[in-house]
This record gives sequence, structure tokens and C-alpha cells, in this order.
Amino acid sequence: MIEILAVLGFPLAGAAALAFTGARREAPAVNIAASLATLVASLALTARVFVDGPLLALDRQFFVDPFNVFLVALTAFVGFTTAVFSRPYMRIEERHGRVNAARLRLYHSMYQLFQFTMLLALLTNNLGILWVAMEAATLATVLLVSLYRTPASLEAAWKYFILCGVGIAQALFGTILLFFAAEKLLGGGGGALLWTALDGVKGQLEPTVLSIAFVFLLVGYGTKVGLVPLHNWLPDAHAEGPTPVSAVLSGLLLNVALYAVVRCKVLVDGAVAHGFARDLMMGFGLLSVVVAAFLLARQKDAKRLFAYSSIEHMGIMTFAFGMGGPVANFAALLHMTVHSLTKSAIFYTVGHAAQKAGTQVIEDIRGLLTLSPAIGWGLVLGTLAILGMPPFGVFASEFLILTTAMNDAPWATPFLLVALGVAFASVFAKVQPMVFGEPTTKRLPERPAMVPVFVHLGLVLMLGLWIPPFLAEWYRQAARLIG
Amino acid sequence: MSALPLHAQVINLLAAILLLLAFAMLTQRRVLSLIDLFAAQGLALAVSTGIVAAYTGQAHLWWSAGITLALKVVALPWILHRLIRRLDVKWDVERLVNVPTTMLIGIVLVVFSFNLAVPISQLSGTITRATLGIAMASVMLSFLMMITRRKAIPQVIGFLSMENGLFFAATSATYGMPMVVELGIALDVLVGVLILGVFFFQIREQFDSLDLQHLEKLQEGE
Repeated sequence: MIEILAVLGFPLAGAAALAFTGARREAPAVNIAASLATLVASLALTARVFVDGPLLALDRQFFVDPFNVFLVALTAFVGFTTAVFSRPYMRIEERHGRVNAARLRLYHSMYQLFQFTMLLALLTNNLGILWVAMEAATLATVLLVSLYRTPASLEAAWKYFILCGVGIAQALFGTILLFFAAEKLLGGGGGALLWTALDGVKGQLEPTVLSIAFVFLLVGYGTKVGLVPLHNWLPDAHAEGPTPVSAVLSGLLLNVALYAVVRCKVLVDGAVAHGFARDLMMGFGLLSVVVAAFLLARQKDAKRLFAYSSIEHMGIMTFAFGMGGPVANFAALLHMTVHSLTKSAIFYTVGHAAQKAGTQVIEDIRGLLTLSPAIGWGLVLGTLAILGMPPFGVFASEFLILTTAMNDAPWATPFLLVALGVAFASVFAKVQPMVFGEPTTKRLPERPAMVPVFVHLGLVLMLGLWIPPFLAEWYRQAARLIG
Repeated sequence: MSALPLHAQVINLLAAILLLLAFAMLTQRRVLSLIDLFAAQGLALAVSTGIVAAYTGQAHLWWSAGITLALKVVALPWILHRLIRRLDVKWDVERLVNVPTTMLIGIVLVVFSFNLAVPISQLSGTITRATLGIAMASVMLSFLMMITRRKAIPQVIGFLSMENGLFFAATSATYGMPMVVELGIALDVLVGVLILGVFFFQIREQFDSLDLQHLEKLQEGE
């Protein structure tokens, strides 16, 4: 209870404080401190749920179970490390003249507000508030994507706003339909949108309405997940915004959107007998994996390249959650964790590499290993990890997903294998000349932030070799909840 | 066919007006008239919510009608008018691509929405269930409007009118969402429009126009 308020209160207070002081010299430190406080609070909340089990608080408006508490901890952790990374990164951007004091103030304040909206989306028990928080997360990041005010960034932000706005409007319609189905059983008061209440009566919800509702919800939240063919905004927003924003978009926002889809899937599975939600999610997921894998080869911009890789990985997770069952859910949750950690680490290194080269164009970034071994190695290791090389955690989760798919959905495995192979070939062929070859890079005016990169990669490596028992137990509980 | 009670008839009339306005917006070429149409749509929505509130005695629907009136009839049109004055795009007449084709697609969408709504409205116990199809149709028409428009402000109005359709769906199928959710949605819409206002100036500064054709540099795979 007090922990939930703290988890939500710190980023909100941070956003308010940074709205006034965000342009000052010490603003990055305030940003880090607020994120650290959020992290500590979320760890306390995690410990509480771990000891006491699921928690309903504040007149049932908040609900914490193993599924969302693990995402809360992950969100707060990546939020914190990205804040650490953004301190030198944004200072270098300021020195390069790409942002001024007023925009830094906007950046810092919106960064915290974005954290708040994501944590609210995760913690709320009310599906209506979940929608409101998801929309607010879009609004908080729109102005961050256009922070540099270049024509390309404005276009990206516009696309992001309109496509996600339209998408999320579909999700609202889905939510209305869900409310409509639930209202008959639970009454028209505030109770009929509470997930726990809906979960209790999911067997009696009207199947036709729920099927239609799920289509709208999947399309709506799926737009934010970046599922093909609704993915158009994603590469632009990732490539044109500041790198810390790309890292949190890819590492966190996509997860939260997928979380919303999975929560809805649980309800629909209870109401609609034949695997309706299952087939839809598997289809969309597989399509995303395949299309994104083939588009990877055509990318010329380093951040766009990894944005497409995010689409591919979100597709894998959607596929796995769709397939369902204890093993696939376990693997999908693990994949969520390792993808967040690896992808944000990659964005940190790519961001610094682009700053050194003065461009994001892959062909113009050369010889990172020679001049800055830390950035070069970070990129090589991160790329190997995201491509599913053992012994990193992505290998473990992808292996689990593939073996489950061979059993449960054998028709899908060839597609998955081919897509993973294509992705490997195209990404590796592009990253290899970036790190080897004749250096083209210059020195940075500040020390790059490499600690978050190696902390993330270290964690991913650990998760590939050994999953701590409490974490495994947690994943198992969450996987059981999802069903 | 038995005669419907008066309030239900009025609501059906308002629903028809809502749909008609959605079609009018689809073909309107002047931005200022588009805003007036949007305000009229908001008014129809507010009145129908008010009638449902009066008939069912649901207190929170009065609030909902009040919010709609304040936000969609007064605040948002005012903000948009101001924006257009400041941006000086008042006489921005947009050439629409092929109005008859758009209308035909619109009619197909309406038929589709009515078909989709049939199984749902049969389950509904509300007095206004017949209007669910219309609500869904106006959502679809706004969607179509966003796709066919090239300029920034008409796209936004399309977006807002989609929100109108969604609200109408919420009142006609369920007597409105819980209060806290409605407040949150209203806040999101308001903040969204304010952010867009900031955004228009940024686009304008960069491109000297609000024509989104300039925004087509980021193509797939480049």
C-alpha cells in the first residue's frame, strides 16, 4: 500500500521538481535520484508481494501480483540505468548544440512523467485507467521524440502521435465493449472494469462480445507493441528521438503494451472456449517476426536497425504468450526481461557510437573497437546477445520458445527458424564493419556511460547461465496466472 | 413495429444527426467549417448523453454530458480556432481526393458497422442500444477521414471526432464508463490537443506549411 504510493509518487514528484529545475546543471542528478528512489520503492513492493502474495490496495484500484510486480521492478530498474546513461549522453548532445536548456527541462520532466505513466499502467487494477495511462505514456513521449526539432524528428513524432492515437482509440472501444459485457454481471458502478472482478466472473462473460472486444484491444494495444502491420511509427520514433528515449521506448513501453494485451487475453481465454485469442496472437506475432526479420537487411540507420529488431522480438513474445501454457509463458516472461536489458544496452552503445561518428548512418560508423574499445565491445556483445547467441539469456528464452513451438505449433517453427537466421545474417553483417575497420570517429567531450551497458549485459549473461531460484519461482507463478 | 417512447426517438434522431455530421466532415473542404461541424457533433453527443441521464437518473451521466459540453463544444473548438488564427491558415482550402469515392467507401463502412453491431446490441439492455451501430459507423468514418486527409488540422479533427464516436458508443451501449475513467479520458484528450498545438508550431517553423506531404521523407526501409 505505502509501497505502491511510493512507486507512483517518486516519479510524479520528480517530474514536478524537474519541470522547474530541469534546465539546471544538477538536473541529471535529480533525474537519477528520482529514478533511484522509484527503484528502491519498487524493490520494497516486490519484497512485499514476494512475502505476502498478491495485493489489492486502495479500494481495489491497485492490484499487484507476480506478473506485474516483476514488470514494475524491471521498469524501475531500466528507468534508473537509463537515467544514469542519459546524464553524460545529454550533456554531449548539449555540447554538440542539438539541445538547449529549455528542451533539457522538457526532456527531464517528461522522462519522469513517462516513468509514472508506465508504472501506473502496470499497477492499476482498472482497465479504464490502464487505457488512460497508456495514452498518457504516448503523450509524454511525443514531445521527446521531436526534441531535436529536425524535420525528420517532427515527422516521426507526428506519425507516432497519430498512429498510436488511432490505435489506442481502438483499444478504448475494446475496453468499452469489455465494460459492456461485464456490466451485466457486476453492475454499472466502478467495479465492472476492475481486472480482479472481471477475472472472477470471466467464465460467464458473453463470448461474442469478448471476441469482438479482444480484436479491438489487440489491434489497439498491438499498435503500441509494434506488431506488424501496425508497426510503422516504431522505427521512426526510435531513430529520431534522443537515445535514452529510444532505450525506454524499446525496453519498457513495448513491454507495458504487451502486458495490457496479455491481461486482456486472460479474460478472453476464460470466456471464449476455443483458442480465439491464442490464434490471433500467434498469427500477429509470427507475422511481426518474419516481416521485421526481412526488413532488417534494408536498414541503413543504426537505430532503425535495432528498432526493427525490437519489432521482431516483440513478435516472438506475442507469439509465445499467444501459444500459452506454463513453459511458453515462462519463456516469454524471460524473453521480456532479457530483451529489455539487452536492447537498452545496445541503444546506449549505439547512441554513443553515433555521437562519436556524428551520424547514425551505419556506413559512416567504422572502427569502433580501435578508438573506443568499451563502446565497440559493448556493441559486439550486445548484438551477439540480442541475436540469440549462447550463453546469453536471449538464447535460453528463444530456445525454450522454439522447442515449445515444435510441440504445440509445429507449423510455425520453420518460419521462426528462418526468421531468426535471416535476422542473424543481416544484423551481424551490418554491425561487424561498424566495430572493425578503419576508424572514422572522434573523441567525445564527456566520458561515455558504459557502466549501465555492462551491468545490463552482465545480467543477461547471468540469466543465460543461471536464473536465481526466486526469479524462476516468480516467473513460474506469473506463467501460471497467465494460464 | 411498436412505437418507441419519445426520449428514445429523440436519441435515435440525435444519433442520425451524429452520423450525418460525420459524413459532412468527410467531405468538408474548409478547415473552419470543419471545426464548426465538430462542435455540432459534440453538442449532439452532449444532448443525447443528457437525455439518457434524465431518463435513467444516472447521476454520473450528467457529469459526462457536462464534460462533453465544456470540452468538445467550447474548449476544443476554441483552442482550434485560436490555433488557426495564430497560424493564419484560415483560408486553407484543401483539395480532397475524389469525394464520391470517399462517400462510397463511407457507405460500405456504415453497412459493415451495422452488421458488426447487430449481435452486440441484441445483448444490450439499454434504451439506446439501436444506436450502437451508428456509433461504430461514426468511429469508422472518422478513421476514414484521417486516412484521406493530407493536412494536419483535419487529421486531428478526425481523431477528435473518433473520440466522439467512442463516447457515443459508451453511452449508448452501457450508460457510460465509470467516472474516474471518463475523467482520465477527458484529460488525455485535452492534453493531447494542447500538445498538438505546440506541435503545429514546430511543424510550421520547419516546413512553412501544415501540409503533411512534406512529412513523407521517412519511407519504409530507408
